Formats: sequence, C-alpha cells, structure tokens
Amino acid sequence: MTAIEARGLRKAYGATLALDGVNFRVDEGRILGLIGPNGAGKTTALNAILGLTPYQGELKVLGRDPWNERDQLMRDVCFIADVAVLPRWLRVSQALDYLAGVHPRFDREKAQGFLAKTNIRHSNRVRELSKGMVTQLHLALVMAIDAKLLVLDEPTLGLDILYRKQFYDSLLNDYFDRNRTIVVTTHQVEEVQHVLTDLMFMNRGRIVLDCSMEEFESRYLEVLVPPEKLAAARSLKPIQERQALGRSTLLFDRVDRQQLAGFGEVRTPSIADVFVAVMSSQAGQAQGAAR
Amino acid sequence: MNTPMNPQSNAMPESPVNTQVPAPTVISATRRMYWSVRRELWESRSIYIAPLAAGGLALAGFLISTIHLPGKMHAALALNPMQQHDLIERPYNFAAFLIMGSTFIVAIFYCLDALHGERRDRSILFWKSLPVSDLTTVLSKASIPIVILPLLTFAITVVTQCIMLLLNTTALLGNGPSLSMLWGHLSLWHMSLMLLFHLLAIHGLWYAPFYGWLLLVSGWARRLPFLWAALPLLAIGVVEKIAFNTLHFGAMLEHRMGGPGSAASAANSMSMDSLMQVSLGQFLMSPGLWIGLAVTAAFLAAAVRLRRYREPI
Repeated sequence: MTAIEARGLRKAYGATLALDGVNFRVDEGRILGLIGPNGAGKTTALNAILGLTPYQGELKVLGRDPWNERDQLMRDVCFIADVAVLPRWLRVSQALDYLAGVHPRFDREKAQGFLAKTNIRHSNRVRELSKGMVTQLHLALVMAIDAKLLVLDEPTLGLDILYRKQFYDSLLNDYFDRNRTIVVTTHQVEEVQHVLTDLMFMNRGRIVLDCSMEEFESRYLEVLVPPEKLAAARSLKPIQERQALGRSTLLFDRVDRQQLAGFGEVRTPSIADVFVAVMSSQAGQAQGAAR
Repeated sequence: MNTPMNPQSNAMPESPVNTQVPAPTVISATRRMYWSVRRELWESRSIYIAPLAAGGLALAGFLISTIHLPGKMHAALALNPMQQHDLIERPYNFAAFLIMGSTFIVAIFYCLDALHGERRDRSILFWKSLPVSDLTTVLSKASIPIVILPLLTFAITVVTQCIMLLLNTTALLGNGPSLSMLWGHLSLWHMSLMLLFHLLAIHGLWYAPFYGWLLLVSGWARRLPFLWAALPLLAIGVVEKIAFNTLHFGAMLEHRMGGPGSAASAANSMSMDSLMQVSLGQFLMSPGLWIGLAVTAAFLAAAVRLRRYREPI
C-alpha cells in the first residue's frame, strides 16, 4: 500500500521555488530518510504532507488530501518537529489528559508506561524539563498513538549523543513495525544510516536521488586504493576522491564490485559521503545523479 | 542516579509495555470541544485567577467596612426607602463591577494572545499535529470570552455577594431594625438574575464582535497584536472625520461598548440599572444584536482561515 504519493508537487515562496514539481512515492512499512542541505525543500515537503501548507500539484497521504483534510488525517499521522514544540506551560498530566480527550488512537497507559522509564514526573511542566526530556516526553506521547505514518523533522537536533541514540533505538524497538511508515529528515545522517530502508536526497526543491537502501548499497561502493593503483582506479571515473592517512578513498557509482576489488578493500560508503559527492556533482548537471 | 545525563535513569522507553491494540474509539465533536476549552483554561489561568482575586479584594474591603456597619445602618434608618436601598445595594454592586471589570480586561488580553501565542512559541505545530480542526480550535477560543468568562464571572460574583450578605448579617445580629432593613432591601435573587442576563447578553453576545475582531487580529499579526487591533479602528475614525467630517464610526463603537440600552451616554451605561432597561425580548429583537453576531461570525471565519494558512512566527 502507498503511504504517500506526490505528483508534480510544487510550492513557491515569492520567487523562490521550495518544491520544484517533485514526484515521489513512499510505500507502507518503509523508513524514508529525507536528506538535503538547508533550504533544499525538506521541511516544505513535510509541511505539505502534514497539511500545514498549501501546495500545487497532487499529493495523497494515506489516501487523503492533507491540505483539506488535515484534522481527519491527523488521526493516523504523528509529527515531531525540528525544535521542541510542546508548549512550555503544559503539564505532563495535562498532555496525557488532552491527548486521551481528543485523540481516538491514543493509549494513555502505554504513554504512562514509556514515561515511567524516564525521569519525567506527571506534575512536571514542559518548561521544567531539559531539552532531552522534552523530546522523551514528545516521543512517549507519539509512540502511544497507534498511527500509520510518523513524520520526524530533525527530531534529535540539539540533543546530546545519548539521547540521540536512545531516540532511534526506542523508535525501532518499541514503535516500528511493517504496518507503519516513518519519514525522517536529519543532518545527522550517520545516525540514521542503519535505520533507513529508503533514501531520498533533495537539493533546491528537486529530488536528486531516490532509492532503497539495498539499491544504495549495490550502487555506491567505496574503495581504499593504495597509491600505485590510483591511476588505474581513477580511469573508472570515481564520483569522489578523498585522502586520509596517505591512502585515497574513491567513491564509485554503478561500477562492478569485482572490478573494484582489484584495487583494494571495497565497502559501503556512508550516506554522508555519497551525499557530498552527489551534491558537488550537482553543480554541473541539472538533475544528474537522479535515476 | 539523578543526574540528567545518566544514560540508565534517562533511558528512552525501551521495551513494549503493552501489546494489546485498543479499538479506536470514536471521539465526538463535543468531546473535542470540551477538551479544547479545558486546554484554554490550563494555558490562561488568569481566566479564573483575575475574577477570584477581584472577588477577594472586594471581600477584604467589605470586611474592613463592616466595622462601621452598625452605626451606618442605624443612621440609614432615618433615610427614605430609595436612599436606603441605594446605600445597602451599593457595596454589592461595587463588588459585581469589580469582578466584571477584571474579567472584561482578561477577555481582551486573552483574545489578543489566543492565536498569537501559539504561533510565537511554535506550539501551533504540536496542536496541528492532533486531530482537532482549526474550526474547533477557534470556536473553543471564542467561547472563552463569549460563554465561559460571563458564566465564571456570574458564579464568582454570586458567591462573593453571598459571603458579603453573611458578613453583613453577622455584623448586625441582635440589631433587629437594621437587619430587617438589610434583608428587606437586598434581593440577591433578583440581583443575580439581572447580573446573569447582563453578563450573557451584554458581555457575551453584545460584545462578541469585539472578541471576534481581537481573535482575528491575534491570528493575523506577526507582532504587536494590541496595536494592530486598536490602530485600524482609530484610523477609520480619523479618515471618516477628515473625509466626511462625520463621526459615525466612533458613534457606532461607542454604541457597541455602551450596550443596546444606551443611546449615547457612556457614563449612564456603566451603571447596571441602565443596562437592565432592555428586556430579554427587546434584546433578542434588536437588529444590533444580530448584526453584531453576523459580524462576529465573519471575523471568526476569517480567523479559522488564517489559522489554517499561518505558520509559526
């Protein structure tokens, strides 16, 4: 089943095109990472998906039109935004009461169970909690909602490394199953690499890469090449070359693994390295690296 | 083990607590509305703190004044019934005005912040991530000045006045003539009915366009909603004066402020009896009420639309 389908999705702020007619599809049960530099249109895309902003083109989220059916859609969609958006005056107990009051799929006991494992007390106000605890609270609330789609916009921004790791661990262990779909944007790419099933790079309102992680791993390979084999390796047109400790790391796009094995140790590159390579090769070509 | 950075005690929720899947309950519009209104009361505690404080203040003043009460009442026995009536009712009316005034001010500031604050602190993103429509949200916010504050004012005023009567009676115990004069002239039942009518009709319905306007501006302005709410009204008045040398807009606002019974006299309209000149029937028949409600509906519809489009500031 399709969770999100966009055709010709377009959004302009004045003369700036935040989304330049993008097409994409996210199937149910996938964890999609939306990666891109600042101003690439990631947040605009998420806002369109969440019904927070009007757009041109066609967009269906869980079969609904998000702009016109936001409140119904939100029964099945959860959202954690880039900064803590829980109001500072809210008490934890009030948050539980309110969600139980308005959300048909909220399971209060589940949320209380999650909160019991943290230092958050029911009498706490949001303003009394540290940034990491606010995120824990928001995550506990969201994970207690039996939603079909979870949208995370830089959920771990500004958190220390412990909280960041716990965030994705609990999301995977306690929340994710094959019936749910997660869309996440983040700059901390290395943290989500092992989490994602799908990957999408965006730049200047366009999608420059859209593939599953299996495709990513078979398509992009990086090789540690000793100096004497460098010339031969370069002839295969690596898309990026890095120097570290006297050895060169060459990144290849769609080059046969057997062929590369002759130059040195072949491994899967990090999303971050591929991202940098794709973005810099973008400079010349318009939609170059797209499939 | 209480250090905030401790990985053990601060662990994110780790194992599934409960695997049963509850059947999704159907949540009625009334229930969403109820919780949205409660949410407003949690956020703006001044809604009940201000009138409670005003009531407390009135009681404190009244308590001090009871020291002189037996003497005053004795002197009052010589006055004619009209004067006696005025004298006895005055502190009760004063308490009512104090509480009413405090909630009116609260209503104004509440409305100005209602749709502005949530954009300022970005919490609108949280509220919009829940299955509550913009219409429900705006209506719940409009219900605070139009319904909740008048009812709350009424309840707090009645309780305050009952305590006052109790204090009065206690102070005059054993003083037969004064006590019978007090109970003879003071009809809390009648006063309360008048008050309830006044609050619901004038503070709720008649003033509704003001609240609608304030909510609209609060949803629209990026900064300084108070100025954006006040200046256009002033500007319209000034332009009208310069262009046509008339003051219709100002007179209209004054009439709206003064209540349906007042022709123009603002001073007169501040006393409760003048507001009572209008009967319920007359009030419900007056075109001013319905025009005002239509204008309110238009303002609120615009506020709903704005909330849908507006992003955090």
